[in-house]
Amino acid sequence: MSGGDKLPVLAFPAPRTTEARPRAADPRRLARAAEALRAATEATSGAEGASPVEPAASKQKQEQEIFTPVGMPLPRWRAGPDAAGARPRGTGYMTGGSTTPGEADAARGIMARRILSLHLPRFAIERWQAHAARCGRALPDDVPLALAIEGPHGPVIHAVNAAAEALGIGPGARVVDMRALCPELRTAFAEPRADSAALERLMLWARRWCPWTAIDGTDALIMDITGSEHLWGGEVAMRAEIENRLAGLGLTARTAIAPTRGAAWALARFAPAICDPDALFARTDPLPVAALRLDAATVQLLDRLGLSTIGALRAVPRLSLARRFRANAPEADPLLRLDQLSGRTPEPVDSPDDPPRFAVQARLAEPVIDPVPHLPVLAEELCAGLVAAGFGARRLGLALYRTDGEVAQAQAATSQPSRDPAHMVRLFEGRLDGLDPGFGFDLITLAALVAEALPERQRRLDGTADDAEDLARLIDRLSARFGMGTLTRPLPMPSHLPERQMLWCPALHLPRRAFPPRPHRPLRLFEPPEEVRVLYAVPEGPPAQLLWRRQRLRVARFAGPERIAPEWWRDRPGTRLRDYFRIEDHTGRRFWLYREGLLDDGRGAEPRWFLHGVFA
Amino acid sequence: MTWSPPASCPAPSDALPRRPAALRQPTLSEIFPETAVDAAAPAFALAHLDPGDGPVLWIQDRLSLRESGRPFPPGLGGYELLHLQVSRAQDVLWAMEQGLGCPALGAVIGEIWGTAPAVDFTATKRLALRSEAHGIPAWLIRRGTAPELSAARERWRVAALPARPEPDDARAPGAALWSAELFRTRFRAPGRWVAGHDPQSGNLAFDHAIDMDAAEAQRAMA
Repeated sequence: MSGGDKLPVLAFPAPRTTEARPRAADPRRLARAAEALRAATEATSGAEGASPVEPAASKQKQEQEIFTPVGMPLPRWRAGPDAAGARPRGTGYMTGGSTTPGEADAARGIMARRILSLHLPRFAIERWQAHAARCGRALPDDVPLALAIEGPHGPVIHAVNAAAEALGIGPGARVVDMRALCPELRTAFAEPRADSAALERLMLWARRWCPWTAIDGTDALIMDITGSEHLWGGEVAMRAEIENRLAGLGLTARTAIAPTRGAAWALARFAPAICDPDALFARTDPLPVAALRLDAATVQLLDRLGLSTIGALRAVPRLSLARRFRANAPEADPLLRLDQLSGRTPEPVDSPDDPPRFAVQARLAEPVIDPVPHLPVLAEELCAGLVAAGFGARRLGLALYRTDGEVAQAQAATSQPSRDPAHMVRLFEGRLDGLDPGFGFDLITLAALVAEALPERQRRLDGTADDAEDLARLIDRLSARFGMGTLTRPLPMPSHLPERQMLWCPALHLPRRAFPPRPHRPLRLFEPPEEVRVLYAVPEGPPAQLLWRRQRLRVARFAGPERIAPEWWRDRPGTRLRDYFRIEDHTGRRFWLYREGLLDDGRGAEPRWFLHGVFA
Repeated sequence: MTWSPPASCPAPSDALPRRPAALRQPTLSEIFPETAVDAAAPAFALAHLDPGDGPVLWIQDRLSLRESGRPFPPGLGGYELLHLQVSRAQDVLWAMEQGLGCPALGAVIGEIWGTAPAVDFTATKRLALRSEAHGIPAWLIRRGTAPELSAARERWRVAALPARPEPDDARAPGAALWSAELFRTRFRAPGRWVAGHDPQSGNLAFDHAIDMDAAEAQRAMA
């Protein structure tokens, strides 16, 4: 479905717009349109200097029309029919031409819309702080805090809180510079992907106010509230409701309502207000040109030209702006942005579809003690819905409602989207054994809490399943039975310390990948390393005998040392280096042990010895 | 158990097949390590497997993980690993049975610590039949217990032996060697060997049939 299809259709004309639609058959209007068209053609040819034989008076008139300022004749969009009839011709929208009736009608349709722009200026930092508060490590408000992202020359500040902003720290600065300015600055790394995911969830949540809601950039939402505002008691009440609700979520919000998307964007950032169509230019003219959604280079260029406000830019003839900027991208084209702000160029809100929801339920006539026999039917019903929509379930939720009102719930996750009913039933195998049925269950619901698109795939010609699919199902079953964290895969990490070389990640989330083998590494690793008592001949050399788990091992052969230095960028200061030895004891068992530190490294007393692994 | 390869045992001869034929058919095998912390048992099991067959599902119960350590991927030598940590012996058996039904796996290795009533003849027979039906080798490493009644087709006792000498460093241990005793088997005669990776080909090789004459050794390897 395209964005245009989803725009709300008004069942009645926009309020206070009583101007009748112009009829094409009206001879007076037709004549006026033809005259306007002729004037426009003449003006264009005059501007190009193609007809030098024209009379001087005509030329003068054309020049006057060419340099008519862009928006001087303010159109009265919502005026009465007589006022519309008295609209001056040759209003200078096109160079020397007038607005044709059809065009004016389209523009009026755009201006009848009400667009709300919802700007969240501190979204990243407020989300971070809310997350920190949930984890119990919230910072007080007066501590300057900045979130950083990796830049080409080290970390760059991405977002700051109010305390840091008061100290003059702003986005775009380098973290090291700002630390020099403000030594007590606390920094953390920003998570732009998590931010955008949170903004998407917020966008879906904001559909409580109006259905045409979309994400606008990284920190804003755009809502087409045409026809929805009366449900909330008018625009003023709706705006107050939105700001109150978002304040309840701990989000700073700046909202503006305007007839066009560009104007709403500009007002939300520079002068939050509700703007009527009549007051559009009065409100936007004083704003700086940065409010036109232009990139920094274009804003700088316009500033150098002396065009610092939107009003100043509007006073420039269209032709000059078009000659200079028309071939550029939208964010570098002030004329296009100006048209979008004034409503000449339509810019509809393209709101994405709601994610589909899949849930089925079984209402039982009589309460049952054992819900398991009902699961296959429910799973088949759910899978039929998933197949019809081309989706597969990634997380399943089963809720069992007891007759006395208690609800028992179970969840299962899958590593690949699945719509196999038998597989779904097996995921709950053994999970419902410990349930207390009370007087029985009378309602069972099964829902795909998370669903992903799963296109149809051809199975092999011999009818056997794909290997990857089999493995994914095994991972689902084992994870569902024993818990997600127990079935793990090693993820290689960039480190030399053995315990940091891999991260055991849940196999449900980690794709298959090979782990590069390294020579002289043990087969098994003790977690944590076990301390041993050691007799040695020379302090820096290998041990001669060790006492481990109350056993005395005599060292027959050894290799080493292999030195692994501490990671100074991660470890606490004072962490000691490790010298690893491969040793073989008198019975032939081979161990990997290390001495932590050197005797005179100034980082503690006697070095301690640890046994870290066993070789094959 | 402490001993070194006796000098009097017969030298490896090219006439003897170096790899037992019966091991080519996947089945359930049990390993009883001589000492609990010895990594010879898992290394011996891995030596029978091919990394190209698929990922290895490695299941450990809680005590095995704590007492004998966790598999260390950089030292495994290219095997893709799926590690499952469970708390009870019957969970190890259940997970092994699930894994043996998945043809994408290359092998299933389970580790059980101590004497567990759940690991009885019926449970091991289920594993053996499932392993043979799906063609996935299953290895059960049992520590801290005596070899009781079991339906495992092959039962091994494995211990570490002093390693081969390192060519470049006389004081350092080289490639690993194990003492492998096949004390109960269904398809062939039991025996006792010095096992290890062949230095030239890198394959698992059984040498020095100990306490067996040539005819017995020939029969065991047939």
